[in-house]
Amino acid sequence: MRTAYRTGDARVLRDVAAIGAAMLAVGASFGAVAVAAGLPAWATLAMSAFVYAGGAQFMAVGLVVAGSPLAAVLAGLLLNARHLPFGLALGGALGSRRAQRLLGSHLMTDEATAFALARPAGPERRRAFWLAGVLLFLAWNAGTALGVLAGGAAGDPAALGLDAAFPAGLAALLLPSLRDRETRRVALVGAGLAVLATPLLPAGLPVLLALAALALPLLARRRPPAAPSETADEAPDRRSVRAGEVSC
Amino acid sequence: MLIAVILALAAGTYGFRVAGVLLRDRLDLPEWARHLLPVGAATLLAALAATAALTEAGGFAGYARPAGVLVGLLLAWRRAPFVLVVVAAAATTAVLRLLGVA
Repeated sequence: MRTAYRTGDARVLRDVAAIGAAMLAVGASFGAVAVAAGLPAWATLAMSAFVYAGGAQFMAVGLVVAGSPLAAVLAGLLLNARHLPFGLALGGALGSRRAQRLLGSHLMTDEATAFALARPAGPERRRAFWLAGVLLFLAWNAGTALGVLAGGAAGDPAALGLDAAFPAGLAALLLPSLRDRETRRVALVGAGLAVLATPLLPAGLPVLLALAALALPLLARRRPPAAPSETADEAPDRRSVRAGEVSC
Repeated sequence: MLIAVILALAAGTYGFRVAGVLLRDRLDLPEWARHLLPVGAATLLAALAATAALTEAGGFAGYARPAGVLVGLLLAWRRAPFVLVVVAAAATTAVLRLLGVA
């Protein structure tokens, strides 16, 4: 049992290291971009340490430099609202003690969540969360510091194809859970909704809109098992919010 | 002003993160709802992966990135090691860009 745990942990460690390397490079590009945009070094470092959310950080730098600090906060928070359902799903995976939950919450990212949920619930999932959480936090902040120091010398993550590495990594972590028929159906419908809504809604909302696909199993459940019909006509209230001038 | 932006973003983001975790303890969810939580998280992650693979600033991300993600996805499907999935996705996109594919 112990060795089984250890090999499992070693695998998670190796997998996290791959994403960590990509995060180091993207963190460096954040540091370089923020300093080049005129942000002081301390603010750039503080953002990575205390906000610790890549997409929101890039967006906030852009909007602050453009002179809209309020938009920077609102757009960043909209982008990060998805962490609430992540926390609901992770729950006890952070640990049983209050201190673990309070500290672990700060380490919650898309990737740490995906690594944790890819492991069976229990001690294995908890170790995966903390391993990914701590390593990725260190990678992101070390990357930011390197970028601040290197300035323009920090390479372009797009030239390295790193923008493809993150979605591919997330998808690979998700694949096993998609073997469940219900999860697969809801996830694919939700992802489709999010992609279709992306040109129409401000960043952050399309991903939240994907949760409307949860109506599929809810409706199926309300209807007794007699008729397996699933008329998913649940119109996710599609208020036409004007697309914000946000970019990632 | 800058410090206020950072503090507000940090506090709000942490608030979202910690709210879900602490709420989970307080909520006495029925079995079917508890069952839906991981389904919801998987749906969010799938939506993130799909939008990150296909879109950039509200538009199409170009062909190089989805092509790389597709290569990674096929490798993952064939149960290739995770590291290979990530590296192959990035390398495919990088080579395509080197060849001039947007």
